[in-house]
Amino acid sequence: MELKKTPLNQIHKDLGARLVPFAGWEMPVQYTGVIDEHTTVRTKAGLFDVSHMGEIFVAGEKALDAVQMLTTNDASKMADGQVQYTLLCYPDGGVVDDVTLYKFNEQRFLFCVNASNAQKDFDWIKANAGGIANVKDASEAYAQFAIQGPFSQNVLQKVCSIDLSSINYYHFKVGLIDKTGAIISRTGYTGEDGFEIYISPEYAVNIWNKILDHGGSYGIKPIGLGARDTLRLEMGYPLYGNELSKDTTPIEAGLEKFVALQKNDFIGKKVLESQVKTGIKKKLIGFEMIEPGIARSHNKINNHGRQIGEVTSGTMSPSIGMPIGMGYVETQFAAMGTEIGIEIRNRVAKARIVKKRFYSSKPVCKK
Amino acid sequence: MDFPKELRYSKEHEWARAESNIVTVGITDYAQDSLGDVVYVELPAEGSTVTKDETFGVVESVKAVSDLYSPVTGKVIEVNDALIDSPEVINDDPYGDAWMIKVEVANLAEIKELLTADEYKQFVEEEK
Repeated sequence: MELKKTPLNQIHKDLGARLVPFAGWEMPVQYTGVIDEHTTVRTKAGLFDVSHMGEIFVAGEKALDAVQMLTTNDASKMADGQVQYTLLCYPDGGVVDDVTLYKFNEQRFLFCVNASNAQKDFDWIKANAGGIANVKDASEAYAQFAIQGPFSQNVLQKVCSIDLSSINYYHFKVGLIDKTGAIISRTGYTGEDGFEIYISPEYAVNIWNKILDHGGSYGIKPIGLGARDTLRLEMGYPLYGNELSKDTTPIEAGLEKFVALQKNDFIGKKVLESQVKTGIKKKLIGFEMIEPGIARSHNKINNHGRQIGEVTSGTMSPSIGMPIGMGYVETQFAAMGTEIGIEIRNRVAKARIVKKRFYSSKPVCKK
Repeated sequence: MDFPKELRYSKEHEWARAESNIVTVGITDYAQDSLGDVVYVELPAEGSTVTKDETFGVVESVKAVSDLYSPVTGKVIEVNDALIDSPEVINDDPYGDAWMIKVEVANLAEIKELLTADEYKQFVEEEK
């Protein structure tokens, strides 16, 4: 199957990026190097092409009802112009996808979904909400960039019509970027302050270049998926396909604060409710290595020689300078400080369970 | 991309430098560039034996794990332990400070079976 290309494909090549297949797209994994790009986002500003992400609108008089039935979090609490992290679940509690939900008004919502799940999500939303709301796949209509890092606002303000300081964390506004309409949200997947912008693909190259030009004095650089992964992992953010899947529930993944059991029925509620009441068999944990070695996904996790789970993500943390990871273990072994063994290439390296939030950055702007 | 003339190369992207019966081994400029930032390396113990075309260690970047294959057979007489604490040297100086092991070889003819710089360069170009 031919890989899909974002409007920036040629620009990435010109910038010297290494392009790899990802979720059916040809995407830049790195430009200058993962560690340099990671540090740039933590200390300055980075620009990510995330045009592979999917956008699905749910609209109509019963749009809120549709969203409430599809998602685990409580969308009735959202103000217009607010963004919410939420999950779509199957009836058995397994995760269809984790998404960000944008509320324009009671009758118009936007789901930003993972590229790897875009078609599946659209089919799922259409099948379950198509009867009461208009469901439209708008993925082709948007290019998406993320501008992340402490100087994000300074850089983006130079090309943006609205006062960015007026956009609070997990809120959005519609405004002009370089004279073209854009959705601008104060969101991201790095743990740094920053924005995600949705623009028309035909203006994408122009806006990308302008942001890099204007951000030059702030040290902005283009950032690939490699650093996107290390940045999110340091924050303990789950990645669908690693920490989340149809075989894991939001409760097992430690995402109970995004599951609103007090709201009316939603798909998966029964199972999630019972898991909260009676407990879970496996739990997502974070760990740091005690002995040398880097854990990788699918490495087995042991306790005194018995397998108790499996690694879902692992890397050398560029910010902390030590190997970190996440994985599922049997709940009885999930306590903070528990020593576990990670099977790495025919040997077992000791690790210790720690908080999933490995890296603590400066707090984001919450005005 | 650098392909020093005086070295011999394997198709697994290791280089070998022979001085009498002692062969120094490392990974090539192409290999380090393909890997990206190297953050971890595992090397054999001094006194252990390595075998041509078999793994003798592991090198890892942020994203990827890659086995190291020995270009020769023999006894490891010296290991560059400095790489354990400073694996980034593998990116900075693959043919110099980032040598990995020195092997005392029994059969010097093995070296001749390896690729010359020109042959390796051509091999890499075809692999791209």
